[in-house]
Amino acid sequence: MLNPRLPDGTRLEISLTVNGAARTIHAYPMTRLLDVLREELNLTGTKEGCGEGECGSCSILMDGFLVNSCLIPALQANGTSIVTIEGLANDNRLHPLQKAFLECGAAQCGICTPGMILAALHLLDKIPQPSLDEIREGLSGNLCRCTGYFQIFEAVAKLSRNGVAD
Amino acid sequence: MRFCAYCEGVKLTESEETIIGTSVPRKEGRDKVTGAARYVDDIRLPGMLYGATVRSKIARGKIKRISFSPEIDWNEYVIATAKDVPGKNCIALILDDQPCLVDGVINHPEEPVVLIAHPDKHALAKAVEGVVIESDPLPAIYSMEGSEKQSEIIWGTDNIFKSFLIEKGDVDRVWAEADFIVEGEYFTGAQEHLYIENNGMIAVFDSVAGVTVWGSLQCPFYVHKALMALCGLPEEKIRVVQLETGGAFGGKEEYPSMIAGHASILAMKSGRPVKIVYDRLEDMVATTKRHPSRTRHRTALRKDGKILGGEIDFTIDGGAYATLSSVVLSRGTIHAGGPYLWPSVRIRSKAVATNTPPHGAFRGFGAPQSLFAMERHMDRIAKIVGLSPVEIRRRNFLQPGQTTTTEQVIREPINLSDLLDKSLAHASYKAKKENFARENKTSSIKKGMGIAAFLHGAGFTGSGERYLDSVVGMEGTADGSVRILVSSTEFGQGTNTVLCQIAAEALGIPYESVTIAQADTTIVPNSGPTVASRTAMIVGNLVRSAAIGLKQTLQLDGTLKKTFKPAEFGAACRKYVAEKGLLRSLARYNSPEGVYWDDVTYKGEAYAAYAWAVYVAEVSVDLTTYAAKVENFVALQEIGKVLHPVLAEGQIIGGIAQAIGLALYEKVLWQNGRMLNGQMTNYIMPASCDLPPIRVVFEEIGNPHGAYGAKGIGELPMDGPAPAILNAIVDALGVPFDSIPLLPEDILEAITRRVQSRQQITSPQESPC
Ligand code: FES
Ligand code: FES
Repeated sequence: MLNPRLPDGTRLEISLTVNGAARTIHAYPMTRLLDVLREELNLTGTKEGCGEGECGSCSILMDGFLVNSCLIPALQANGTSIVTIEGLANDNRLHPLQKAFLECGAAQCGICTPGMILAALHLLDKIPQPSLDEIREGLSGNLCRCTGYFQIFEAVAKLSRNGVAD
Repeated sequence: MRFCAYCEGVKLTESEETIIGTSVPRKEGRDKVTGAARYVDDIRLPGMLYGATVRSKIARGKIKRISFSPEIDWNEYVIATAKDVPGKNCIALILDDQPCLVDGVINHPEEPVVLIAHPDKHALAKAVEGVVIESDPLPAIYSMEGSEKQSEIIWGTDNIFKSFLIEKGDVDRVWAEADFIVEGEYFTGAQEHLYIENNGMIAVFDSVAGVTVWGSLQCPFYVHKALMALCGLPEEKIRVVQLETGGAFGGKEEYPSMIAGHASILAMKSGRPVKIVYDRLEDMVATTKRHPSRTRHRTALRKDGKILGGEIDFTIDGGAYATLSSVVLSRGTIHAGGPYLWPSVRIRSKAVATNTPPHGAFRGFGAPQSLFAMERHMDRIAKIVGLSPVEIRRRNFLQPGQTTTTEQVIREPINLSDLLDKSLAHASYKAKKENFARENKTSSIKKGMGIAAFLHGAGFTGSGERYLDSVVGMEGTADGSVRILVSSTEFGQGTNTVLCQIAAEALGIPYESVTIAQADTTIVPNSGPTVASRTAMIVGNLVRSAAIGLKQTLQLDGTLKKTFKPAEFGAACRKYVAEKGLLRSLARYNSPEGVYWDDVTYKGEAYAAYAWAVYVAEVSVDLTTYAAKVENFVALQEIGKVLHPVLAEGQIIGGIAQAIGLALYEKVLWQNGRMLNGQMTNYIMPASCDLPPIRVVFEEIGNPHGAYGAKGIGELPMDGPAPAILNAIVDALGVPFDSIPLLPEDILEAITRRVQSRQQITSPQESPC
């Protein structure tokens, strides 16, 4: 884990857009974006599973790219636009992908779910009608220990059949 | 594109006519898909400290001195050692042999010795390094064989935590009558649970209220019992609350008591809330794993392949302390004979001590280990007797009226031959076997088919459920809804959903009108631990009884008519609560009639119900990379009534995925009692590209003892895949493999060894597969 314990003077002002809202925070440059989201912005939907870029639980979208927020230093997020799981449901209405996850049993313990949903969103954005192999590939950076993945594949496929609402 | 059998037709609105058997939405599902669900690491309390653990590092020895680096300002830290334990320094479970903090004697390399806490979690790593533990090392034991030799006595008087003996018939007489005697030795390795949420706890101490802990856990009352002893506080001054738990698989059954203990000690010493959340490395190396095992079979058979009898010797590595090893051993012992008729058998088993972190509960609980051996051994027997793997099983399957190794009579109308035929048909077994036999001759990719037939007992073993004496509560509330009170926890399997379905069905009200209370020991009664595939079957049945009790209370009182509409039920609840106050019903476990179990001779009804299954694996092995890959998988099982098709299918597929990991990917590398590969980068679990298409088929016979005919389901899928896969690899390559995990390097080594031994062949005898 990076140790962001540096003298106070080195905190930097970082401005970024999170789920559509402009935010400014003060953080040590090497603080992990994951910690900024969870601890500074209280967006705890983004999870930590490994802290080393393997599990994908901390996946978010940064300027449209799927990234592991445990590997991104806060400084690198300056000026970017970020989407976390909290940014998906609209006025309490679930995003179709969230609904599909619910219907297909794609979330069991739920700890991988936020990252998995963002990975799936990213995949469907690039490939609106993915094949099974493309779904497997698109989710290959996100580990799930509970489901054995097939019900997640089904949720993604269901959405590609029905079309993404937005 | 359709990958799941049940997803179509799932309705998210309005309750159905019958709720049982339909895929209602997961109760806490909405919070999980929106990120609103709160896990332990999502919670911060004002003034909270973060705790960390300094561990022993050596496998065995005596602590001489603990010193603290002068480079760190220790005034900033709260520090606790064994002398700060307010009560008894142990993790109370079955035996109280495991200390919460080492007091002098180290028995494995990951033992907690010193606890530290600080308001800034980033200040912990350096401080952990700054604590130096000096010790005099003692000789340590790292293997089951070493433990058996007793060159060092590291536990008790003989290094044995527990042993069992099951005897049926007179096995000493069968050897003389046998046409064949087949021997085999089988090994399974340690396996890490790898729930994606690491372990964590928050503790708060108040001199009046006592200790409260919130955390990621399976069994609130296990933690409660452990904290009472450790903190030296009475029952009512310990409160344990389960938070959303990000996977468990048995891995959060006993170790959470340790972490809760550590957080509580620090909270009591500092007077501030303390959070301890492990990082991945600490979670992997220090917490429990699946028990490694060794099974030896010696079987006497008639010419026609019928088993006359046999001896089975089953040994598991328990690690340094007793923890749950005796119970894991018990289940493994009872399952060791598989779903076959043994006219006579002697099963000896033991759990031995080594200087590694204690191994613990893991989905399947000993059964995957002994069933792996049984099912590999069946294929070895088939080869020697000259029958097919299909036929050898068919001739020996247990049938209704016959008895298991513990002499439990099979009363249900199970037809294993029929399950076998159906699963083979789903897998196109015969046609594929013929094709592969032809194609393998010329291809560098060898393909094979393998079968495993097995059973899994649901609920606690033998008299276990009677001792647990579970209680379930149910409340009618002022808003007309119903609330279930159980200590059964949700960690992904669907406890919340299935128990609410059962209550709604029993009351004749919509699923939406039933909620389930958070598992908080001050609110819920002790309905037992959430383990052993017992929740749907046993707790579910109690939920049903409690629901009937609630309904009767309202009806006897005249508030509710004999027949009623759902809305009338809600109105009756509201009226009753407004006029009379608390509306609550309790149900207590009653062991079914005629159930007999003898703990001394290990005879009788080991389980109230068994789930039955036949799994078929299709595997390919690429002889350029030596990687084995599961190409297709058929999982056919009889699990009684399927209460919720989507959840049930999810349990089966998830279990198979984990078992494929056990068979082909997940290898714990040990050095001097420590796990070397405690990261997700070097301990490899299956990812989305690694799994074959899995066909899940349910047969429903039902179970008179389970809620609406349910049996246990969660552990079953862990038992069969590994032997089916290994049998398929043996079928593909013609080389015997008897040890899991089986990685490409293991396959390469075995093939190389075989080629070498062929070159210097002295005897024409092929080693049988
Ligand atoms: S926590 Fe970032 S990849 Fe695992
Ligand atoms: S749902 Fe538990 S890890 Fe994916």
